[in-house]
Amino acid sequence: MKKGMNPYIAGIFSGLLLVVSVYVTGHFFGASTSYVRTAGMLKESVAPIVEKSHHIDVLYYDKYIPIIDWQWMFVTGVVIGGFIAATLFGEFKLVALPRRWIKRFGTSIRKRAIIAFIGGIIAMFGARMAGGCPSGHGLSGLSQLSLSGFISLSGFFGAGVIVAHIIYKKRLFS
Amino acid sequence: MSLELIEGLIIGIIFGFFLQRARVDKYDVQIGAMLLEDMTIFKFMLPAIIVAIIGIYTMYDLGMIKLHIKPTILGVNILGGIIFGIGWAIFGLCPGTAGGALGEGAWDALFGIIGMFVGAALFAYLFPYINIELMHLGDYGQVSLADVLGINHWIVAGVFITTAIGLLIFFEKKGL
Repeated sequence: MKKGMNPYIAGIFSGLLLVVSVYVTGHFFGASTSYVRTAGMLKESVAPIVEKSHHIDVLYYDKYIPIIDWQWMFVTGVVIGGFIAATLFGEFKLVALPRRWIKRFGTSIRKRAIIAFIGGIIAMFGARMAGGCPSGHGLSGLSQLSLSGFISLSGFFGAGVIVAHIIYKKRLFS
Repeated sequence: MSLELIEGLIIGIIFGFFLQRARVDKYDVQIGAMLLEDMTIFKFMLPAIIVAIIGIYTMYDLGMIKLHIKPTILGVNILGGIIFGIGWAIFGLCPGTAGGALGEGAWDALFGIIGMFVGAALFAYLFPYINIELMHLGDYGQVSLADVLGINHWIVAGVFITTAIGLLIFFEKKGL
């Protein structure tokens, strides 16, 4: 992995970006709600809207209406920003398997795809239950010293550390 | 497209740029943090939070902005937080960084992203069932740590910032 930008500097600029965002647009950063809106939009494009009132998930999509909003554009921007940065610095490369993954699980792309898919389901289910992800609860939450941010983030990292150690067969205390 | 949406897109692009440059949107870096071997995500997140706390609470005190504090509901924050952590370790990326990973060509992120759409839909289906009991277990409302402790937010901010800087110095000393 080529050395990138000093993470402290990138972090300071990202903090300033959040401050500017809140002042100019009134919006804090977040990501997981956009996945809900997208899931709703995908569903509406498949299932007829007339039947909507019979659907059990209508309650949640009433809360998070399936539309393109500020945060949805923000998350889309993150994909584009990652692409621009990687391209500008000659780092854009189609890669299917991370290095740590290959070391532990080998080179089967199918295995990585299935595990990533399952992990994605669990992660998003948890994020929606907790009311946010590391962007919403982490960056935005802690920036407001919100109690829910401290609690959720402890859960995120605590469980992440334990499960990662199990997956990578490493002892937590050695 | 409205100005609001364009602003969202531009801010997202800049944020995605920094995520990529700081290597925060990589599976290896995220798993590295969970294995307590590579603390890059803390070196990115903590300075970002420190700067944002100062900026946001200064603007808040001057009446320039409104806060958007997410409600604290112990039941869902704790259980949801743990479930997210399990999924995060399995996928190796979070909802924001998965976008950046996809942008820089790590296309295995796409399977996780599809999984996250399914996870969101699944939660929407099960929402009516968990709505009643768990959603109100230990409901404190939209509170900050300063509200709960009943002290000025700058005291909490000072303690947080000092602790964060101490943690970062510790990571650097340990070579993490």
